Amino acid sequence: MNGLFGLLERLVDWFADPKHWSGFDGVPVRVLEHLEYTALAVFIAALIAIPLGAYIGHTGRGGFLVVGLANGLRALPELGLLILLVLLMGIGLLPVTLALIVLAIPPLLAGTYAGVRNVDRAVVDAARGMGMRELAVLRKVELPNALPLILGGLRAATLQVISTATIAAYVSLGGLGVFVFVGQYTRDFPQMLAGAVLIAGLAGAIELLLMFVQRRLVSPGLQPNVVRRGTTG
Amino acid sequence: MIEFRSVTKRFAGGSVAVDNLNLTVEDGSFTVFVGPSGCGKTTSLRMINRMLDPSEGKILIDGKDVHEGDPARLRLGIGYVIQHAGLFPHRTVLDNIATVPRLAGWTKAKARSRAGELLELVGLDASMAKRYPAQLSGGQQQRVGVARALAADPPILLMDEPFSAVDPVVREGLQDELLRLQSELDKTIVFVTHDIDEAIKLGEKVAVFRVGGVLAQYAEPAELLARPADDFVAGFVGRDRGYRALGFLPASQLPVGELATIIEGATIAQTRAVLHDGWAVVVDRNGKPIGWAEESRLHGQDPAATLSEDLLHAGGSLYQADGGNLRSALDAALSSPSGRGVAVDADGAVTGAVLADDVLAALARARNDGEVRS
Ligand SMILES: Nc1ncnc2c1ncn2[C@@H]1O[C@H](COP(=O)(O)OP(=O)(O)OP(=O)(O)O)[C@@H](O)[C@H]1O
Ligand SMILES: [Mg+2]
Repeated sequence: MNGLFGLLERLVDWFADPKHWSGFDGVPVRVLEHLEYTALAVFIAALIAIPLGAYIGHTGRGGFLVVGLANGLRALPELGLLILLVLLMGIGLLPVTLALIVLAIPPLLAGTYAGVRNVDRAVVDAARGMGMRELAVLRKVELPNALPLILGGLRAATLQVISTATIAAYVSLGGLGVFVFVGQYTRDFPQMLAGAVLIAGLAGAIELLLMFVQRRLVSPGLQPNVVRRGTTG
Repeated sequence: MIEFRSVTKRFAGGSVAVDNLNLTVEDGSFTVFVGPSGCGKTTSLRMINRMLDPSEGKILIDGKDVHEGDPARLRLGIGYVIQHAGLFPHRTVLDNIATVPRLAGWTKAKARSRAGELLELVGLDASMAKRYPAQLSGGQQQRVGVARALAADPPILLMDEPFSAVDPVVREGLQDELLRLQSELDKTIVFVTHDIDEAIKLGEKVAVFRVGGVLAQYAEPAELLARPADDFVAGFVGRDRGYRALGFLPASQLPVGELATIIEGATIAQTRAVLHDGWAVVVDRNGKPIGWAEESRLHGQDPAATLSEDLLHAGGSLYQADGGNLRSALDAALSSPSGRGVAVDADGAVTGAVLADDVLAALARARNDGEVRS
């Protein structure tokens, strides 16, 4: 018990120490780095996975591809993949980003595909029957209705990438992983713990932000709490 | 005018859904496709707006093959209503209705104001405009579906079992509303149902299909009931088709007999004084019937007391002396506690009574005159 309280006390001291909050290796810089890697990977993954998932969901052709691809990519061990990529490409942002993209694609692809596929067929039929062309059916009907699942996929992908971006530090790139790895290497447990706490906190904050965004973007007609209230403003 | 010319539709696997269909739907007419499940009604309907293409033959609208030209453009000019309405869950009622005008290139403001008009036209309150489909009842959703199909004022309206998912009472209201709309709008309507009663109520012309996609008979409803083309049609229009055929004979030919009436608020003594064969209809100040007073229930009551409503028998169905038909007159007589069917005028005021025997006599006369096949 004494050990745990001691560690917590030293963790608080670590956060209270002003020199951990400034400079090129302070917390704010590391947070920004971490967010950069995350945003870059999730953004590129979304550029690939959302159009692909939407296309497959809309046409109904190649659903097996989604399942195969998602499962296959999920089975890859992240650190092993990163090391392989670094060996192939050398140390740099590229292998890390690639590894994170591979991680982010499955939830985004599966979410988009399922979202588009699950739109009530009668609704899609009505859209086509009233004179919408295929692209309009996708843009005006299928995607808006798939939005809750697409954003769900985005949240899952972001969460995974934030926690996994820790490995950037493993190839000397920075991010919040630095505290974890340096702490471990120097047996500075408060620092290591501080890194873990920061990563969890960041993940929680981003999750809250994305939930807020989802509330704003998704039509009230698709939000059960709004629909149940009977009327909307 | 919509023409099916030797149209056959085969699906992959070789099953024939529609078999050599030849049929013409006149402009401004209400045509119903009816038949058992799987007989090709939906398939036939969906070939009109090219949601499906025929395997053989062609479909002409106003003499022009629908196959020439762009399907999306064709569909913009044809209203389409389906069973569960298929409303867009993510759009408000108003924006659902404004969809086709928007697709046709109207400005948002113009499309929305048009949508507002349609909301009223289909009998929905303006307060519904901002709701989402999930906040509406099934019947309200169907009304919005009809409004959405009508928004760009297409000359043709295709409806595939639009009312089959709502309960019977709501369905009847929607049917009446559709007939009212059609009398105002004069569209060319093709309506699919598997319910022969609905077909006969709504259709000016009814096409009966049999399984295998063969057109069994295409005729006016009265003709269908009186002269079914074969045993299949006779069986499909039902056992009580003779009774239903009464619905096509006007009640105006019936002799309307006298009926004892008493205004509400009268005393027991006053009521007993007017009874005729032990019965009288109690009416309100406008002459509308409230219920029946009967001697056996009044007997022994305080003569000076006001006749209270719980002493009355509930009335049977009513029929309109002008504008009604023999079917409703017969039903009025059969459902009346006194055996006298109550005739009312257009405002619902009592004009007299009719007996079941009178209706049967009128039917016998109509048969003699050749109005009904005997
Ligand atoms: N896409 C399809 N592929 C293969 N067969 C089909 C397809 N659509 C319909 N059929 C078949 O064609 C026949 C006619 O179907 P259709 O949907 O037109 O019937 P329907 O008269 O509308 O029946 P219901 O009253 O049940 O709606 C049926 O035997 C059906 O199984
Ligand atoms: Mg059908």
